[in-house]
Amino acid sequence: MRTLLYALSIAAVVGLAFWSYRESYETRATERAVADLQRKIGQRHQKLSMLRAEWAYLNRPDRLNALAEMNFETLGLMPLTPDHFADLGDVGFAPPATEWPPAWVPNAPLDEKIGDIIIMNHAYGADAPPRVIAPPTLADDGEQLP
Amino acid sequence: MMRRRRKIVATDPFVPVAPTIPVAPAPKAVGPRPNPERLRARAEIRLKFTAACFVLGFAVIGAKMAGISASEAREPSTIGLAGASIVSDRADITDRSGRVLATNVDATALYAQPHKMVDPKAAAEGLARIFPDMDPEAWERRFTSGSKFYWLKGNISPEQQQAVHDLGEPGLLFGQRELRVYPNGPLAAHILGGARYGEQDVRAAEIKGIAGVEDVFDDYLADPAKEGAPLRLSIDLPTQTAVENVLDGGMRLMNAKGATAILMDIHTGEVRALASLPDFDPNSRPRPATEGDPGDSPLFNRAVQGVYELGSTFKIFASAQSLELGLTNAGTMINTAPGLRVNGHRIRDFHDYGDQLSVTDVIVKSSNRGTARLALDIGAARQQDFLRSLGFFEPTPIELTEAPGARPIIPDRWPEITTATVSYGHGLSASPLHLAAGYASLLNGGTRVSPTLLARDTAPDPGPRVVSERVSAESRHMLRQVVMRGTASLGEVPGYQVGGKTGTADKPKYNGGYWDDKTITTFASIFPAHDPKYVLVVTLDEPEVFAAGEDRRTAGWTAVPISSEIVRRVGPLLGLRPDFNPDTDGFGAYLTQVVAR
Repeated sequence: MRTLLYALSIAAVVGLAFWSYRESYETRATERAVADLQRKIGQRHQKLSMLRAEWAYLNRPDRLNALAEMNFETLGLMPLTPDHFADLGDVGFAPPATEWPPAWVPNAPLDEKIGDIIIMNHAYGADAPPRVIAPPTLADDGEQLP
Repeated sequence: MMRRRRKIVATDPFVPVAPTIPVAPAPKAVGPRPNPERLRARAEIRLKFTAACFVLGFAVIGAKMAGISASEAREPSTIGLAGASIVSDRADITDRSGRVLATNVDATALYAQPHKMVDPKAAAEGLARIFPDMDPEAWERRFTSGSKFYWLKGNISPEQQQAVHDLGEPGLLFGQRELRVYPNGPLAAHILGGARYGEQDVRAAEIKGIAGVEDVFDDYLADPAKEGAPLRLSIDLPTQTAVENVLDGGMRLMNAKGATAILMDIHTGEVRALASLPDFDPNSRPRPATEGDPGDSPLFNRAVQGVYELGSTFKIFASAQSLELGLTNAGTMINTAPGLRVNGHRIRDFHDYGDQLSVTDVIVKSSNRGTARLALDIGAARQQDFLRSLGFFEPTPIELTEAPGARPIIPDRWPEITTATVSYGHGLSASPLHLAAGYASLLNGGTRVSPTLLARDTAPDPGPRVVSERVSAESRHMLRQVVMRGTASLGEVPGYQVGGKTGTADKPKYNGGYWDDKTITTFASIFPAHDPKYVLVVTLDEPEVFAAGEDRRTAGWTAVPISSEIVRRVGPLLGLRPDFNPDTDGFGAYLTQVVAR
């Protein structure tokens, strides 16, 4: 019994020593990696501040003004004045969409929806296929498509 | 000396020999043997104590290990301030929306260690080829003089650095540093000020502010504990640009030698734009002028340092105080007939305005005699107290290095003639910023405003009350009528109900007296007058313009058109919606605004 206890504790000591040895090396490696990352972060920060300075330099009002003047023909940019304000009522919004009956679906049972379609055989001759005048569709921006 | 021992010869076997063997002393009497049980118990206690020590030691180590393995893995920080090493040395300065006004970029400095040089003569000649301003002979003398260190250039371009590399001289070395950059060039130059290098090292150099906010907030900007948090100013970059552009154009049109404009939030005192022309580029700040008038130097901040007699713009203070004290009301008729003499001095008017005018018309027509009578009625002591409460007796608290030195010039004695002249802005000199703060305090509803350059996220508590809200509204209504039918008729901007007062003051000569043909013209205005948001002060130095058939030097012809153009450009930029409703000019709108606030 005692021998077993001794053997177990020695094994535990050896095991713990190995574990702490490994942990310490791992820690040092992590520290090195962290220092490396810190350095990289520092470099990125430097780069970022350089880019910010460049951005601010390229966006300086003098330059933007000159660019706006150079490209006046295409862009037509000019300083904002009080005349550029307008009432909400002056804006030409699209009229509210009308509720249209659902479009005719081919092969759908025609029993109830018969009134929604106009058969125009009389206009195009007796043998012309029936044509359905679909309700006008609205584009995404509300403009009415032809 | 050893003595030989006598040998004892045993002649007679029966002769007793002297006993030489010492006899051990008899052992002492021993008590009764201790109880072995007690001995065993004592030994057991000692063993247990030793074991407990070991157990405790291992337990401490074990607990620590358990603690380490159970705790959150965190990077060991050996630096006092986490991340302090990766932020740049000096914080940025931004406008109120975060647009960069000042930042740092990497730069390279060039220095020499002559004792490491292979060929000082060739090095000096090579440097002179790269940098034309360096004298080869002088530098050769220095390189061979035995000194061990020289700074050559504070900041060189990458091309120059490569050229120096190509010289192949081991005694020429490069130092790392940061360079303070103002990407917008001369924009807001007087606010930012400028920076220079302080302590220099080959690895880094300290940047120190020398003027403007760079100097005032030097400690804040250089504080590593802030971790590079930028300094946010109240300036608005587009507004500042528009103000500077319009002012620059206007200054040329009016042939003025200097101009300044201040746009300030009337309620919070945040300066939205502050321009002073001529200006300079803070990236290469010129040296202070050693000769000539320092007031003509581009470094001179006319808005803050320029202490001028601001002329008739002061009249509204006299009328407002008179109203506040209940001496008059807006319709009280004031005697403006010629012949008013105070202490033997005649008070003159620009035109003859008839025998009497109402208080409103005294302001609208800008009658010196009218305001002099109002002020004489108020009295010197009360007049001084009122101007003091508006901040005209101390330097402005704005966060610029130049501000504490710009003390208004107050007359030593205050006889009746001073009371009269100060009421129309002569005899007391103050900076345009003082005027802006005074107008803001009087017209925002009547609470004191102190100008600031720092952006405020929350509105500050209103300052001490200067005049009642009613008087403030009446004063605004008077100023509005100055623009609608008075001396500032060119100041009308459709949509933004501008109200303001013109001021034209003759420039004093250095040796006393006044110039006949040199004026300082000022237009102090608020917009929109019925519900004021901003106060704008425009001052021109020696303007002269040929208009409507004659040379004009009055504010109405010079400062007012510039001011109206500034309002027209800046109003939309500030997000102010123009209001074309004519009802807003009725006095009722001025009073309801007071009630609504």
